[in-house]
Formats: sequence, structure tokens, C-alpha cells
Amino acid sequence: MDTTHFEEIFEAKLARNEMIEPKDWMPDNYRKHLIRQISQHAHSEVVGMLPEGNWITRAPSLRAKKILLAKVQDEGGHGLYLYTAAETLGISRDELIDQLLTGVAKYSSIFNYPTLTWADIGAIGWLVDGAAIMNQVMLQRTSYGPYARAMVRICKEESFHQRQGYEIMTMMARGTPEQRAMAQDAVNRWWWPTLMMFGPPDAESPNSANAIKWKIKRESNDQLRQRFVNQTLPQGELIGLTFPDKGLTWNEEKQGYDFTAPDWAEFKNVISGNGPCNRERLAMRRRAHDEGRWVREAAQAYAAKNKRYQAVA
Amino acid sequence: MEAIKDSQGAVWEVFIQAKPGQPYRHVGNVHAFDKEMAMQNARDVYTRRGEGTAIWVVPSNYIVASSPEDIGSFFDPANDKVYRHPTFYTLPEGVQHI
Amino acid sequence: MTKQEALGKYLLRLADTNLILGQRLAEWCGTGPFLEEDLAMTNISLDLFGTAEALLKYACEVEGKGRTADELTFRRPEREFTNILLVEQPNVDFGATILRQLFVDAFDYYHYSELSKSSDPIIAGVAAKASKETTYHLRHSESWVIRLGDGTEESHQRMQNALNELWRFTDEQFEMNEVDAMLIEERIAVDLAPIKAKWLEKVIPVLSEATLQIPENTFMQRGGREGKHSEHFGFLLAEMHYIPRAYPDATW
Repeated sequence: MDTTHFEEIFEAKLARNEMIEPKDWMPDNYRKHLIRQISQHAHSEVVGMLPEGNWITRAPSLRAKKILLAKVQDEGGHGLYLYTAAETLGISRDELIDQLLTGVAKYSSIFNYPTLTWADIGAIGWLVDGAAIMNQVMLQRTSYGPYARAMVRICKEESFHQRQGYEIMTMMARGTPEQRAMAQDAVNRWWWPTLMMFGPPDAESPNSANAIKWKIKRESNDQLRQRFVNQTLPQGELIGLTFPDKGLTWNEEKQGYDFTAPDWAEFKNVISGNGPCNRERLAMRRRAHDEGRWVREAAQAYAAKNKRYQAVA
Repeated sequence: MEAIKDSQGAVWEVFIQAKPGQPYRHVGNVHAFDKEMAMQNARDVYTRRGEGTAIWVVPSNYIVASSPEDIGSFFDPANDKVYRHPTFYTLPEGVQHI
Repeated sequence: MTKQEALGKYLLRLADTNLILGQRLAEWCGTGPFLEEDLAMTNISLDLFGTAEALLKYACEVEGKGRTADELTFRRPEREFTNILLVEQPNVDFGATILRQLFVDAFDYYHYSELSKSSDPIIAGVAAKASKETTYHLRHSESWVIRLGDGTEESHQRMQNALNELWRFTDEQFEMNEVDAMLIEERIAVDLAPIKAKWLEKVIPVLSEATLQIPENTFMQRGGREGKHSEHFGFLLAEMHYIPRAYPDATW
């Protein structure tokens, strides 16, 4: 089939900044790119529940426990919204989960680091969610309608996540010497992996060019990383926490901070499965999936044989 | 009974009414195996921040959708029927309650 | 025992059952059988923590020693917790978790509905709020117990095992002692005997629709009211108490 005509309509829509909707014609590569990106994003939310979930039962106050529960729950919700956005592209949640569990699909490398102390919950909220928000705010204007709508809802819900993290860090930075040390240690450990979250430098990012061309992404990895550093540094200074980068200096000319690039060799190593927790994260997802199978099967069997809850009697 | 294959359930469309009297708005999807579960899942996923007072759920495969190719034939014919809008009409100055 | 002491004990007992069940459910966060259910269990857990906190705050006020809800949660030793044994039982699997939930939800549903008429306005307020929440919890657990009991052979067997294991902890919910006697007199607390009748009327048909058999001649376990727990409880508490006990001078 000659798709030139459709391609023109598609390009014209993008040029007018109109959203592409599920039933619109779209180039195969656009569809593939979206499925890959949205599902990676969804998997990151769901795997991201684990390092923080690790501290729910040990949260040190009732308030902290409720907040953390609600936050990790939100992440599950965000995974859910994103899976359904991906499903509008013609792939099922079953297939998407299968891709995660078999290691075909990736998720954000940040979640392969361990949460060692309660301060890590603060650092994740402040730094990791702070970095994620940069990306997510941009994605509210992404060119695929269901993805953009999911991001609008996600951004609305995320707004408390970074604040709760920063609040934890503030309390600890102003607390006992032990708490201060714990908070500083958490920043030292999470700073570099957080900078890696924006992806490789623009020059070495294989998928970036298409993503920008198709208006899936509207800003580059390096632009977002720079903005994150600019916003985060003063927040750290305010509560007396430092960053483990001797190269951090204000650059008057670019009106931003100069900073040292993270260790991209480590990034590649973690992405390819050798982070401190890669195996644990996947093992946990697989276990939850396997242990949930009998529940899903039973629900299906009950629905098939019993009219009580059937959709169409 | 046919063999059961593990699955995440069917996709349902969720509509929420924010307040009584307002129209139901599409808010997203849930997966569920039956209608009671779909209703509960919609409640648990989409009304955690006081977003609504009523919910509709419907299996996605029961939604009938127009196609992008229909845009011209469906919607353009309405463009020249300006007399359907109140601003089309000329009224004498000073008239009230009309 | 003064009325104030009785009220303090009563509030702690109610609070602890909510608190410990909330903690158990929170263990599921991130590992549910599918995403929607993960969110559902977290919602229930959050409701339970909310109720627990409200009751603990009132318990602190009644005690009048300047302790906080957090101190009662994180600094009390094992023997001072008076939750029922049922809620501290390990999650085992989703089936046992949801069956435990049915037992507690059905009790809470009738209990809070009565307790919302308490002569104590704070208790009445907490109960009225909890009553709405547990109406939904019960709808949720009831539908799941039926699905799983009458689902596949495997799910049926798992639910039957869970029932055989957990039934022995159900009677403790209705246990009354001198605390209840004193507070029922004042119309602060409610008589649990009629609640038990309603509970059975609700739970038995659900189990029967779920094609499950209630085990016969079950010896009913008890001890929670006196802080005599199962061995599982110490581990639950050790986990919950870890930070405040490791850093006693810190605030979080």
C-alpha cells in the first residue's frame, strides 16, 4: 500500500502540534519507538515500587508510613496508566509484562541501586523524583495523545512526591549528627545515578534524534540534565547538604552550573544487568507474577462459569 | 470449561462524574476479570484524590469508535450550518430575556 | 480500674488491631497479583492506619501523660500491644490475606456501625468514618473470597487451607472483659454478642457461596487482649520499631 498520503497527513499533524491518536495512521517506527519508550516508562514505575517499598514497613513515624505507602501506590498507578497508554498501540499488558520478566524490555537504571537507610527514601523523593519530573513535565506535550494524557495525570499526582523527599532530607539535615551523616551519605550515593537518569549525552544517544523529530521528546537529555542540576544545587545548599562533585561551579556565561559527567561506563554496566540490584528487582517482579498467577486464573475461571459478576448476562 | 491461560484480564474504559449533575468524563482504563472487579478497580485507581462521586465502567470492546477517515464526512457538514448557533440571529436593540 | 483506664485500654485495643493489620497489608505493596489489586490493598492499608492514628491520638489524650501516637506505635513493647491474634498472622498468600480481611471487615462493618452511636463523641466520629471505609473493604473482600473459593481447583484448595488455618482466630474478635463491661454501662462501647450473631449471618453464606467448609470442632485461640501474641508478632514489631529504637533521640 502506498502510504505517502498518510505520511503527509501524519507529518502535517506533527507540524501543527496536533496530537496523534490511536486510530490515526502512524509510521511503524513511530509506533515501535512509542511502545518501547512508554513500556520502559511503565516498567520503571512498577520496578521503582520495590526500592521504596523496601522501607514501608520500617518507616519511622505514622505520618511517614502513610506518605510512603501513598507514594509507592501512586507509582503503581502510574505504571498502570502507562501500560494502558501502551496498549492503545496494539500490544497487550500480558505481552508487556512478559517482556519485562524475560529481560527483553528495560527499565530505568536508577532502580537497580539499593535503598540502604531511611535517608535513601528522602534522596529518592528529592533527587530521583525531581529528575523524573523534569522529563515528565516535558512529556505532557508529547505527540501521542494517550501518552500525553497519562503524563498530565501523572504530573498532577507526582507533585507531592518530590516535596515529601525534600522534607525528609530537611528534617534529617537539621536533626542529630547521625541523621545528618545519613542524609549526606544518601546524597553522595544517589547523585551520580540520578544524573544518569536523563540518558546518555546527546551525541551518543541513538534514539534521541527520532524522538525529537516526532515530538515525542521536546528537549534533549543534556538540556534536561542541565536544568535539573541548576534547580537542585540551591535546594541542597539551603539545607546544608553537599554534592559529591568537585567540578560544580557557577558558569556566569551560560547562567548555569558546570558539572562533571557521571561515569558512563557504570551506566552501561548497570543497564546491561550488572547493577547492585538488577537480579533482585527482576526476581521480585517474577515472584510476584508467579505467585499471583493462581489468583488471576481463579478470577478468570469464576467469571467464565458464574453469572454473578459477568459484564453481559 | 475451556482451558485457562494466565492473563491480566480484559481492558475496561472508566468514566467518572466529578460532581452530581456534571457529565461523565473518560479518565482512563483498568484491567478486570468481571464487572464487580472493574467497578472496584476503577474506584481504587481513579478516585483516590476525591475525583468523583459516580463511576461508569464498560468493557473496551463494547466501545464503537469513529475512524480518522470519517472526519470529513462526519463533521465537516456541520461547519456551514451557522443558523444552529444563537449568534447567527439579528435582534432589535434593547430586547431582553431572549 | 477507673473509667479512664478502661477507656485507655479499649482505645489501644481497637487501635492496635487496625495498626497491625495495616502493617501486614502494607507488606503487599508492590507485589500484588496484579497492579489494580496492589492499589486496592494499599487503599485498605491506608484506611486502617488512619483509623489507628485517630484512636491512638485519643488514647494519648485519655492517658494524659503527654505521649504521642508515634510513641505508642513505635516505643511500646510486645506485651503492651492488645490487637487480636488474627491480624498479626502472616500474609501467606493472597488467599489467606483476603480471607483474614473478610473476617475483620465483616466484624468492623457491624461493629463500627454500632459504635458510631457511642456516647463518646470522639469514638462515635472515628467509628462513623471507619464504618464507611469498612463497607467498601467488606464488598472487596467478600467478592474476592467468592471468586477464589469457587474459582479453580487450586484456588479452592488454597482458600480451604486458609480457612482451616484462620478460623481458630475468629472468635477472639467477640471477646469481652471487664473493660467492655464498664464501658458498655456508659454506652461508650458496644455489646459484642449481637455483633457476633450478625457476623456469622454475613460470613457463613459468603463462605458457602465460595464453596468452602468451615472446619468443625475448632479450638478458638485467644490472648491478644492480654498481650499474649503469636511468635510472628515479635518480628513484625522488630521491623516496625527498627528506626525509632536504633536512633532514640532523633525525630523523623
